[in-house]
Amino acid sequence: MDIASLIFSPTFLATIIRMTTPLLYASLAGIVVAQVGMMNLAIESTMLTAALMGVLFSAWTHSAWLGLLIAVAIGVLMSFVIAYAALVLKADMFMNGVAFNLMMAGGTTFILYVVTGSKGMSSGVMSLTLPTVDIPLLRDIPVLGEVLSGHNVLTYIAVLMAVLMHVFLFKTKLGLRLRMVGQNDSAAESVGINSVRIKILAMCIAGVMAALGGCFMSMGYVSWFQTNMTAGRGFIGMASAALGGNHPLGGALASLLFGTADAVANTASTLNIPSELVRMLPYLVTMIGLVAAAKSAGKMKRKKVDKP
Amino acid sequence: MLKKIWSSRMCFNFIRTLLAVGIALGLTLVIIVAVSETPGEAIGYFIFGPLKKMSRLANVVEAALPLVFTGLAISLIARTNIINLASEGAFYFSGALAALAAVQLDLPPVILPAVCILIAALGGIVTMLVPVVIRLRYDASEIVASLMFNYVLFYLGSFLIRTFVKDPASGTLQSLPFNENAVLPRIIPGTRIHAGLILAVLCVAALWLYLYKSRWGYKMRMVGSNHKFAVYSGISAGTAILIGQGLAGAVCGIGGASEMLGMYSAFMWKDLPGFGWDGIIVATLARNNPALVPLGAFFLAYMRVGADIMTRMTDVPNEIVSIIQGVVIILLVAENFLAGWEKKRTFAQATANIKLEGGK
Repeated sequence: MDIASLIFSPTFLATIIRMTTPLLYASLAGIVVAQVGMMNLAIESTMLTAALMGVLFSAWTHSAWLGLLIAVAIGVLMSFVIAYAALVLKADMFMNGVAFNLMMAGGTTFILYVVTGSKGMSSGVMSLTLPTVDIPLLRDIPVLGEVLSGHNVLTYIAVLMAVLMHVFLFKTKLGLRLRMVGQNDSAAESVGINSVRIKILAMCIAGVMAALGGCFMSMGYVSWFQTNMTAGRGFIGMASAALGGNHPLGGALASLLFGTADAVANTASTLNIPSELVRMLPYLVTMIGLVAAAKSAGKMKRKKVDKP
Repeated sequence: MLKKIWSSRMCFNFIRTLLAVGIALGLTLVIIVAVSETPGEAIGYFIFGPLKKMSRLANVVEAALPLVFTGLAISLIARTNIINLASEGAFYFSGALAALAAVQLDLPPVILPAVCILIAALGGIVTMLVPVVIRLRYDASEIVASLMFNYVLFYLGSFLIRTFVKDPASGTLQSLPFNENAVLPRIIPGTRIHAGLILAVLCVAALWLYLYKSRWGYKMRMVGSNHKFAVYSGISAGTAILIGQGLAGAVCGIGGASEMLGMYSAFMWKDLPGFGWDGIIVATLARNNPALVPLGAFFLAYMRVGADIMTRMTDVPNEIVSIIQGVVIILLVAENFLAGWEKKRTFAQATANIKLEGGK
């Protein structure tokens, strides 16, 4: 089979959508935190922790949705602790993120071992997955149906979340306040906005997004938890948030770019192309994209200064 | 005299570090008691295991060596206020470069390892400076850039190994064996402690001298503590940052080469080894002071070796160390941890001084 027919097949396009889903969640988490003027490196470990918790609690409660709910609650709790430590205890936000990442990389394995007796995979746990959704009319359209229908419910929720995030950030009063705190928190304080509370809120929203992304990995994409299964997706999400100008639509497009690169890398490894170089591409693209975005932002700034 | 030491800032920091480590250890012991069938035995192996045999103590030193290098690198990077996380990738990539050179080149004993280490150090400098340049030249986020760059370096390094020196007999990614002349000699018989120890000591001394006794080190510390003031007083901030970060890259490179040529006989890293992140823990413990980095590295290595012994002998997994790491960092970076106590102390001293002056 040649590359072109492999890459333009409906199954491949559906793979892209699957690969993009966790990245979209992670980038939404990155966006809301960036909009409030912070940076949360722990998106990665929040995803990983939620992935494990979703698996464990869905097995214990015999309900995939209850498992998801508890995992999201734990994700919010983690984000809240980081926000509290950073804003109230004045701990360095970045170091806190690193600490949580280091702690949960081993911590999830520790919990997995204590619960299941295995250090690699949760295959011993009878965990549940979230259902896939067939969209009634869409699934009957020949190619489009195959590409867009029949995905996990979390994939469709991700798209919904991106839209909601846009509405929240740019069309609601709270979203306006949030962005105001991000631009200049003392100015926001001076008009009576409690910036600490707004920042904690943004972090908690990010916790929800990251947890949903993590649960997609272990309860949708596959049906088990594996050590370090997020493999840097939280970081890529932060990158696509930056690449997309911290805007939900931009973030979604950037995530799609990464998802495509992921899918191409998976396919290329079967085609005798050096898989390392293909896998390297998305990261290289981010770096170039970051520089390009910063360059154009710098130009705009200069223009604004030039024109009175 | 004693009173002076007691009231110094350094003493406060020391007590704070000790307390943070103590709390983390205490929490770990509670977890061990909760999950283990034989908690007493597990704790015994964890805390005293490494001390029981000479070979285990040697294991601690072996495990501490790479941590010294990356800890040194991070303690320089942290002082430039540019959060460059590329040390992880730089360590891996320079290890791969050293392995490439060690397989391909054919030179006499002492010269070959020196050349390998030199190549790795150059590779470390170049790779470490990429995110810095992205930040200084284009004003893009160096954090995200360096996180991405780590993956680029990982795939580039494994691509180089696979393309040029892969062992065709091996099913996984493993290089042909190194030229025997390239391997760093063991310096303590009966252990695997290699000549990298001497390199580490030299690096600690060199970086301490650079940071506290050289003009550029002084400038870099100024830039790190107050960027605007440093620029106003005529310091070229960009150059100071580039020199500091470049040195960090060189140390990372030397570390990668030392680990590769000292502990292995062929390249066999399957993943990013994680020493770059560990360096953050070590540097935090050492409060970014190169002279204290070996202590931090030894502590972390000791815990890891202890946890490994505990895992082998009992039912507690060694990942418990990562919980200690996380808690220690969180407590150490929380500025308000014990801040109330420090304020009280400062206040008491101030009132004592006033009384003294009033008495005159």
